[in-house]
Amino acid sequence: MQSDLLEVTSRTDDSSAAVEPLLQIEDLSIGFDAKSGDTLAVLRNVNLSVHAGDAIGLVGESGSGKSTLALALMGYLKRGLRVLNGATWFDENNLFALTRQQLEPIRGGRIALIPQNSGQSLTPSQRIGVQLEEALQLHTALKPGQYQDRIVELLAQVRLPDPGKLVARYPHELSGGQQQRVAIAMALAGDPEVLLLDEPTTGLDVTTQAHILTLLREISQQSDMAMVYVSHDLGAIAQVCNQVAVMYAGEIMLQGDVKQVLREPLHPYARGLLASIPRLRSEALPQALDGRPPAPGEVSNECSFADRCVLADTACRSQRPELMSLPSGERVRCHYHHRADAIPVTVESIQGARKEVASLTPVVSLDNLGITYHRSGLLKQLLGLEDQNTPTVQAITLALQSGETLGLVGESGSGKSTILKSVAGLLPPFEGQMLWRDNERLPETIKQRSSKQLRKIQIIFQNPDESLNPRQTIGEILAQPLKLYFGLSGQELERRSIELLERVRLGSHYISRYPAQLSGGEKQRVAIARAFAAEPDLVLCDEVTSALDVSVQAAVLHLLDDLKRESKTTYIFVSHDLAVVRSLSDRVAVLYQGRLCEFGPAAAVYATPSHPYTEVLLDAVLEPDPDSKPLLMTDDVVELSPPAAGCPFQRRCPQSLGQQCNRETPPWHELDGGHFIRCHLDISKNRRGMSKLPTVELP
Amino acid sequence: MKTVLRDLLSRPSGAIGLFLVVFHLVLALVSPLIAPHDYRELSALSALQPPGADHWFGNDHLGRDTFSRTLLGGREALLVTGIATPLAVIWGGFLGIFFGLVGGRLDDVLMRVVDAFLSLPWILKMLVLIVTFGTGAGVLIPALAFFYGIPVIRVARAATHDVVARDFVEAARARGHSSMSIIWRELFPNVRDALLVEGAMRWSWMLLAFSSLSFLGFGVSPPTPDWGLMIADARGYMSFAPWGVLAPVIALSSLIIGINLTADALAKALGIDRVQKAPI
Repeated sequence: MQSDLLEVTSRTDDSSAAVEPLLQIEDLSIGFDAKSGDTLAVLRNVNLSVHAGDAIGLVGESGSGKSTLALALMGYLKRGLRVLNGATWFDENNLFALTRQQLEPIRGGRIALIPQNSGQSLTPSQRIGVQLEEALQLHTALKPGQYQDRIVELLAQVRLPDPGKLVARYPHELSGGQQQRVAIAMALAGDPEVLLLDEPTTGLDVTTQAHILTLLREISQQSDMAMVYVSHDLGAIAQVCNQVAVMYAGEIMLQGDVKQVLREPLHPYARGLLASIPRLRSEALPQALDGRPPAPGEVSNECSFADRCVLADTACRSQRPELMSLPSGERVRCHYHHRADAIPVTVESIQGARKEVASLTPVVSLDNLGITYHRSGLLKQLLGLEDQNTPTVQAITLALQSGETLGLVGESGSGKSTILKSVAGLLPPFEGQMLWRDNERLPETIKQRSSKQLRKIQIIFQNPDESLNPRQTIGEILAQPLKLYFGLSGQELERRSIELLERVRLGSHYISRYPAQLSGGEKQRVAIARAFAAEPDLVLCDEVTSALDVSVQAAVLHLLDDLKRESKTTYIFVSHDLAVVRSLSDRVAVLYQGRLCEFGPAAAVYATPSHPYTEVLLDAVLEPDPDSKPLLMTDDVVELSPPAAGCPFQRRCPQSLGQQCNRETPPWHELDGGHFIRCHLDISKNRRGMSKLPTVELP
Repeated sequence: MKTVLRDLLSRPSGAIGLFLVVFHLVLALVSPLIAPHDYRELSALSALQPPGADHWFGNDHLGRDTFSRTLLGGREALLVTGIATPLAVIWGGFLGIFFGLVGGRLDDVLMRVVDAFLSLPWILKMLVLIVTFGTGAGVLIPALAFFYGIPVIRVARAATHDVVARDFVEAARARGHSSMSIIWRELFPNVRDALLVEGAMRWSWMLLAFSSLSFLGFGVSPPTPDWGLMIADARGYMSFAPWGVLAPVIALSSLIIGINLTADALAKALGIDRVQKAPI
């Protein structure tokens, strides 16, 4: 093992091969004692060295052990875990052998951590300045008189505006992106030698995420500090890291240079993972990676990826591969790494003719829909006062054709889920109307809708843990719509339930299980089966893949696409992930602050984004490619409410025309075949020689 | 259910508590058969005699056998509270879940009414009822079930609030299920555990209330033996005949401690926090 590590060392530090790593994990295994009495490993024989100036990405799906490894780098174990073997060496000390007192100056000071949800890691009742002061007090030798200058310096370093004033603010007065910057400043306060980042941008909007990652990349390039970046998102890793380690089932499967690993990885799992990521530039559905990772203790003397690997043979199932160092500098845990390049990493062709399905019969049309969460108080109602609040969602006019998928994209707070709720009847709009099929009015509330109307519109939620009742078996869950809409019972009910499970590629044995016994992807399949049990015409998908791992996401996208073609269903597909929307949608609507900005065929919107906001949004998307850098065209200020008049994007627009945009609501323009934008800008200037676009009404 | 029971018995508090409760229930059932003396048998000669071979716990001021009376003294209390507790949990639980689901103004108003009720001491409310309608199981069962159902409303409503915001309830609503169907299929199974624990707590409170009423003379009427009544009768002779008070006190407290321990262990076994403090 020692020689193995030295080889990596010599590669990363060409100039001085003898440089000692800052932090070194040696043959580390971590596990827990199960109720059965067995000790199950969650990390197995991990070796990792971190040198000054390194930016190492740890990538893996949920349960791969990447967070456990990151915490082990600072000698920390989550409750219930214990070290089975190996050590973490820092400064010639094994961190796991040190006492609390000895660890105190190291953790937070010399090795700092930036956790996932910084909003929760800041104390809500303390001003930003006080919290930073505490960090300085603990981890630096500065005198109290010097704190103020250093705090302002730190806040400026993480590009926070007006640091002098910011110190007096409370965390809740800051946006998510700003909170994350404060957390980064806190971690930098002690001048750490190693910075650990655990999913630091997960949960942030795309534009905010791009800004934070750019900041992190700059910090890592400017200083000698080592960074270990944990994420499930290869796109984020590609922006910040120069080395990547791919984790699977508690093992490092592949480690090497970021360009090599993200372009032509030599491990079948890494290749499958890359192929399962939807790409912005590709219309094709991503490749699903079948199967699921083994649970702790499920594999011992075999390759843990063997069950899902196309290259696997008897050798893989009888002998666990060692982490081999290759001449190219990579380390790979695979018997057949030399044959791995046979597995494609991108999906080129579009499977099937997705576009043919859409016909021109409308399913549902939204006409000038306006929705608000605000309820005026009793006093105002009694006095008959007008409300000054601008509605959350306004002027939504959309018509859905039978068999098409409409993608609804926008950042958090853009009102995309709100629109779905109104269509589902859960949130009545305050203005506008909805039409069903041939001008049959769709009532606003569930109570007013007929049983048939309810049945024809089904909704699938983001998180199956929330949308499936934990106290019902899968059979009971599927029985709800079958009983309600079709009055099925007894054998007929069971037959139909099994049929539904098979349609979503689950076996009939799932019928008596509880949701807790299923994996995330399986649970979402059940939720999909429940929606399709009603035989709906319109299915509302609310971020249905956001809670899933990327390889599982691909499989669910395939399932949705197959079901749509089998049943000629229409989808409204809401997602913040533009690449996912691209892979499934026929037409796309872009929302900002509850107002439509751009609307048109997916191919046209993605190829020639024309509204400034769409451009900003698409340019901020991260691709798992180290050479593609997101463009930051506007700041990452999060707006809490839409402006009272004019264009919703006026405050952040890089091409704002000033007064006109602030006062007048922009008109709709048709660019070409059904591609509309709502903007004052003279689009003809920067887009194909079109002169004077006519103002149009949306169809 | 089996796993919950196993978990319960694996905890010391659960095992001891369950043993005490079962012990008392069995005694209440078989005591008329095993009581060594007639509980009404008076004997002026043996009044306030200390414990002996024939009268294990001694005799009371009328010379009645304290041991037999202690054995029989829990029957009335267990019968009344045994019926009133499930009634309280059922009506309080249903109303709590219903208002937790419906919410809005109606819910606000109801909760203020609940607050108002809870702000009055229970004994005052009970005494007003007893003075108006008289006493006996026919009055006490509905009265206890009513008053002790009110705090259950709160617990059920709070537990429902945690569930009602979850997507599976939203999904059921979007499908067009009726409120009753949502309460029964989606909410109740998720609130059931909290209600079970709350029911156990209410039971111990109710036992204490029943005994207090007997102590004050509004519960069981003599000569029927009852722990509360026995404590009241023997209290005057406590300085020289303490066994007369000790026997019913130990019996009553061991039952209530048993119920509380069981509720505690049940809450832990089901993974929910203790809903309210125990009476003792």
